[in-house]
Amino acid sequence: MTRFSWFNATALTLGFAFLYMPMIILVIYSFNASKLVTVWAGFSTQWYGELLRNEEFLSAAWVTLKVAVMSSTIATVLGTMAAYVLVRAGRFSGRTLFSGMIYAPLVMPEVITGLSLLLLFIGIGLDRGVLTIVLAHTTFSMCYVSVVVSSRLVSFDKSLEEAALDLGCSPFEAFRLVTLPIIAPAVISGWLLAFTLSLDDLVIASFTTGPSATTLPIKIFSAVRLGVSPEINALSTIMIGIVTVGVITASLITKQAAVRQAREERMAERPA
Amino acid sequence: MRRFVLIAVPYLWLVALFLIPFVIVLKIALSDVALARPPYLPQLDITGGWDSIRTFFSELDFENFWFLTTDDLYWKAYLSSLQIALFSTTLTLLVGYPIAYGMARAAPEWRPTLLMLVILPFWTSFLIRVYAWMGILSNEGLLNQFLLWLGVINEPLTILNTNAAVYIGIVYTYLPFMILPIYSALERMDDSLLEAAEDLGCSRLSAFWLVTIPLSKNGIIAGCFLVFIPVIGEFVIPSLLGGSGTLMIGKVLWEEFFSNRDWPVASAVAVILLLILVIPIILFQRNEQKQREAEG
Amino acid sequence: MNQPVFATWNDPDAKPLIQFRNVTKRFGDFTAIDDLTQDIFEKEFFALLGPSGCGKTTMMRMLAGFDMPSEGQIFIAGQDMARIPPNKRAVNMMFQSYALFPHLSVWDNIAFGLKREGKDKEAINARVEEMLRLTRLSKFAKRKPHQISGGQRQRVALARSLAKAPKLLLLDEPLGALDKKLRQDTQFELMDIQEKTGTTFVIVTHDQEEAMTVASRVAVMDEGRIIQVATPAQIYEAPNSVYVADFIGDVNIISGRAKPTGEKVAIQWAEGQPDILGTTTTKFDAGQEIHFAIRPEKVAISTEEPLDAANKLQGKVLDIAYLGNISTYHVELPTGHVIKAQTANTRRLSRRQITWEDPVWISFTDTAGVLLER
Repeated sequence: MTRFSWFNATALTLGFAFLYMPMIILVIYSFNASKLVTVWAGFSTQWYGELLRNEEFLSAAWVTLKVAVMSSTIATVLGTMAAYVLVRAGRFSGRTLFSGMIYAPLVMPEVITGLSLLLLFIGIGLDRGVLTIVLAHTTFSMCYVSVVVSSRLVSFDKSLEEAALDLGCSPFEAFRLVTLPIIAPAVISGWLLAFTLSLDDLVIASFTTGPSATTLPIKIFSAVRLGVSPEINALSTIMIGIVTVGVITASLITKQAAVRQAREERMAERPA
Repeated sequence: MRRFVLIAVPYLWLVALFLIPFVIVLKIALSDVALARPPYLPQLDITGGWDSIRTFFSELDFENFWFLTTDDLYWKAYLSSLQIALFSTTLTLLVGYPIAYGMARAAPEWRPTLLMLVILPFWTSFLIRVYAWMGILSNEGLLNQFLLWLGVINEPLTILNTNAAVYIGIVYTYLPFMILPIYSALERMDDSLLEAAEDLGCSRLSAFWLVTIPLSKNGIIAGCFLVFIPVIGEFVIPSLLGGSGTLMIGKVLWEEFFSNRDWPVASAVAVILLLILVIPIILFQRNEQKQREAEG
Repeated sequence: MNQPVFATWNDPDAKPLIQFRNVTKRFGDFTAIDDLTQDIFEKEFFALLGPSGCGKTTMMRMLAGFDMPSEGQIFIAGQDMARIPPNKRAVNMMFQSYALFPHLSVWDNIAFGLKREGKDKEAINARVEEMLRLTRLSKFAKRKPHQISGGQRQRVALARSLAKAPKLLLLDEPLGALDKKLRQDTQFELMDIQEKTGTTFVIVTHDQEEAMTVASRVAVMDEGRIIQVATPAQIYEAPNSVYVADFIGDVNIISGRAKPTGEKVAIQWAEGQPDILGTTTTKFDAGQEIHFAIRPEKVAISTEEPLDAANKLQGKVLDIAYLGNISTYHVELPTGHVIKAQTANTRRLSRRQITWEDPVWISFTDTAGVLLER
């Protein structure tokens, strides 16, 4: 029995209205013809046009994308290795420190992570720019990747790896041919998470960047500090649109796969 | 050999880019501000041998921490961060619980969609979600226009750049962190437990208090920590939605560093911020562990 | 007892395929295998039987190379396996969970080990097809593991582990996941395949019926030691200890003191009760502790006193378990001992005359039971 009452219906309606109303308003006002963002003056796409002609935004977007792709890819490799170490390597000296360093960045305030990395980069005399942001982003997002991947590895049937060894694989072949294909969905979601975290990050990037590299969040932040601007509304709409399409597509694909698998399993048990 | 490489690569990466930077923060927190590049003293000069290392250590002191206690700005910032975090966590719980409850009680075929709707904002830029409220809460914003139109108020309320705006921003951006753990606790709950409670003489309300709430306790605790811990060090929300009166330690640290260029004090602020966070983090870890053990 | 046709283990010249030499395996403080020495011969179907935690799975994992002995040595075909990793052993294993690779088709699962050997494509094709035919899976070659039934998955696992033609195949509870009916059919299939391929099988199971059905020899294990190794018939009819007698099938145990009388041994087991007479080849001293074990089906039950029985005891029926083909009577003796007696239900229900609370006689010959020291 599901106790679906008017109370639940109200809670859900109000709750989701609260979650989505601000974003919907943002999207609507991005098509506002008026420069005054609070007064509706008819439909227009002019702000999108201005956005696309704004060199600064475009180059910031390009920097952000570069940083996100590089850092999330390195973070996925390192994070998967770290997850494997956490779940499979057994005991080694410094294990506690290792797992501490994996989990600490997840709860560390961004201002501290940013500050400490900046002080390191200055200390070793590394020029701040794209490279330093990539290093910083990789460090904190690899921890997220390793949490995602290790939660998959924990439920991974270890006898699959043993079977691969038993059938003549070296440990590395066993990982490449058996473990990796099976945990691939978790590795991909780890990459996506790292990618989004990097795209989204303002604080750590502000600390670790130099004059040569301005990321989109830094650009947006310095623009919105002065107040609401229609160009930022347009930019936000584009970003919300990309995310929405991405998330809905991904969930449709996984849902379809689950449905197909369930149907095939039912078919398999039916006597031929 | 292979195992060694596998462990060493992520290990060394984290030591170099997480542990060492942190030690540097500690060290600078114990240094003195100076008009130099980098702007603090003493500088460690290993080439000077053992003696210079000893003088280096002898020049480190707790002066900056002492300074933090003398200037009441820092005290106030710490206390106000704690107070804002506590209050907004409570608010988030009050808003989030009914939503999680409604989701868990919705028809099973609807639940994945509802779940996706809660997770979707996660993937959307945090900055944009905070920014969205700036247009709504400003004096000429939609909320004021709406309230004026309703006739509830005669002149616009000042909401943006006050603590109220900060609370709204926190509740809004951290809501999914609260909903998800509570939902997963409630979803696992067997409906027949409520029926049993009612069968044994509970009213619906008392069944809720005596059965549902205790069974979702772990979800509530996890959700509260997931909101409380990051909010303490929050920077974006107070700087965009808060006003000059909104004191939060993340913002203070930022300004100390970027505006005052006082690196030693900024580092000391960071160290204390972390010390404040250690207790809730340990409590959170223990709660998670207990839950894992309970689940076997 | 019949001498089985296949009994390499009785041939003093036969070279064992597997030799455990004083093997001990410890996990921390826990001793999983305790100074174990055992030979297993080529073409045997050898069952390791015991309750969970008795060390049978550890023995198998040491053969596969997933665990290494803490002390002692293991030889396979005369070679010390101490430094040989699992992927370099001519041993294959069929896992309890089957461990079929979910991302590969049935065909690719079976070909997996062959591809690692670097065989050419045609040889692989031929071998996979042969395995598919052997396990009657040709129709399902293209399917993924989740698209076939539990019984089919079990056969894929078997085909995959046999594909490389290992010297030794290890089977870890191979039928545990199947329902009872399918399990029985599959047992015979396994025996058939073992015979056809001539591979040595070592099977781990906690199901005594399964071990008895498939194995040429059964090793009964407890707490890291092998208690008895023998053919299923010997294990059942001539257990060497109360533990084995009790673990395999149903048994009545009566403990007492030995009183050797010529060829036979009398057991004094209770005041006011006649001694039980039994035969044995073991020498018992007078007054030594002795256990008499007898299977319920070897105990006869009657309402009248049997005339020519070597042992007969009087009691009353406490309980009757009707199992269709047989019935088990629980008979309480005046001493409080409860003896189980089993009869085949060759007559219809209405014709049988023994019922609850009836005074009855139970009887058995002096060769029906075994006399055990421990």
